[in-house]
Amino acid sequence: MTGQFHTLPIHQIHQLLIDKKISSMELTQAMLRRAYEIDPKISSYVTITDDLALEQARQADDRIASGENITPLTGIPFALKDCISTRGVRTTCSSKILAEYVPQYSATVVNKLADAGAVLMGKTNMDEFGMGSSCENSAFVDTRNPWDLERVPGGSSGGSAAAVSASLCSFSLGEDTGGSVRMPAGFCNVTGIKPTYGRVSRYGLISLVSSFDCIGPMTRDVQDCAIVLEAIAGKDERDSTTFNSPVPQYHQDLNKSVKGMTIGIPKEYFVSGMEAGVESSIQEAIRTYEALGMKVREVSLPNTRYALPVYYLLLMAEASSNLARFDGTRFGLSVSENARDVIDIYLQTRREGFGDEVKRRIMLGAYALSSGYYDAYYLKAQKVRTLLRRDFETALASVDILLAPTSPTTAFKLGEKTNDPLEMYLSDIYVVATNPAGVPALALPCGFSKGMPVGMQLIGRHLDEQTLFQVGHAYQQVTDWHEQLPPI
Amino acid sequence: MTQTIDTKTVKNVAHLVRLGISEEEAQKFSGQFSTIIDYFDMLNEADTENVPPASDITTNTNVLREDVAKVSMSREEFLKNAPRSERGYLKVPTVLGDE
Repeated sequence: MTGQFHTLPIHQIHQLLIDKKISSMELTQAMLRRAYEIDPKISSYVTITDDLALEQARQADDRIASGENITPLTGIPFALKDCISTRGVRTTCSSKILAEYVPQYSATVVNKLADAGAVLMGKTNMDEFGMGSSCENSAFVDTRNPWDLERVPGGSSGGSAAAVSASLCSFSLGEDTGGSVRMPAGFCNVTGIKPTYGRVSRYGLISLVSSFDCIGPMTRDVQDCAIVLEAIAGKDERDSTTFNSPVPQYHQDLNKSVKGMTIGIPKEYFVSGMEAGVESSIQEAIRTYEALGMKVREVSLPNTRYALPVYYLLLMAEASSNLARFDGTRFGLSVSENARDVIDIYLQTRREGFGDEVKRRIMLGAYALSSGYYDAYYLKAQKVRTLLRRDFETALASVDILLAPTSPTTAFKLGEKTNDPLEMYLSDIYVVATNPAGVPALALPCGFSKGMPVGMQLIGRHLDEQTLFQVGHAYQQVTDWHEQLPPI
Repeated sequence: MTQTIDTKTVKNVAHLVRLGISEEEAQKFSGQFSTIIDYFDMLNEADTENVPPASDITTNTNVLREDVAKVSMSREEFLKNAPRSERGYLKVPTVLGDE
């Protein structure tokens, strides 16, 4: 049984663990060996937490031996995007300004996974503070796509996607502010969900855009995604935006029939600029759903063209405020040579600590919020945000879910878009609208174009992750795209 | 409302967000900002007559809890990440300028 279990989904490994066919220690050691062997090629990890992983694996094995308090995640190795705080483990946001920062507390999701008995393998690379679509904005290293090392894994949760894709963990957590789970999931042939805003606690997540940010699982299949979301979701008194409503047992109703349900195809998403192989994969997925007895109808999201400017404007405005905390006085990098006053420390620390994309966005955010421009940019964007939200409400009143690609193209080459910030922003065109609206969206593999994975997303109503999982699972029961592994 | 964002404006917003930048950087950002802001100006085409700005995207209202004191991080623990501290306080250079 050795050598292959790193590629298995959580629900299968769980069975092997409770049947005592393998131990969490064997699995974790194999996974760590694999990470040390393979990861130098793709750089998905920023930090590997060997000692902690081995200790947690030992505890998980004790728990399994005792037969008590075993959860579906007990003994399962996972990775965390490096914007999620881990007590005693360096948490960098892939930024120089936090390169040596070791949090004194853990995020709620980290505590929940620890309580479930999951095994932390390490922290994964990302675009600095989540600002980017390719992982090339990491201050440390460029993560590479396991399907083609010349290409990007997508962003900003590129390390979390690549680590699952290359079987260097059994699942990971990413964070989706405007597609940062779904877009890299699509590029790397991984399943991932951006839950409803407020479904998962943000306590301990280093904030990018407080009103968009959603932590979400990245996994081998929909069933795993349901298992992990169930473990991390729920009310948290430390995050007042979390919902009170109970977390459904997502994985129990996965096999319900989708026959008779209706899929909406947003016509504005199928206009121009889509790679032929992406479009044909999406069309094929639609036919698969028709064969499963689902109805398909064209719907309209009339304000789609405004989604990207609304998203980026609000992101920049909120981020310029959120990132004010990195000032070189309380934690993180501090550059104080020849500082005459405290302002000098701010200026020098932030100049050296932030990369260009972060600088661009916090400056543009301050510009959009500044007097004389506030009404034209920030307030206008918040009004159009209301229109985006109404678009989804209207469309989802007449259909059960929406189906769309995660990106107009497959993974692009490293360096291809780094000199043109606006061109890079445009790669997020299909994934940004859901976050200003707050609705959930599930990304899953649906084919290949010229050898590279194609992703689709299912978008649902507020708090209706259940339907997304059910419809996604039905697709994975009759297709095997999600089982394809990269040649690494 | 299309306008070019000149280096003076760039330096002004850089100061607002407490970011040191050089003349060269100001020039680079000025060109990039103008392209990006031009793109954002597309929002002017959206009809938002009588549309309220979005505020909260959840349905939660007035989330309250009892105000109970609890043990949190100790001062010693907190100061572990502090770049400079003295006698249990964070230390920074002069805030109010020279005497």
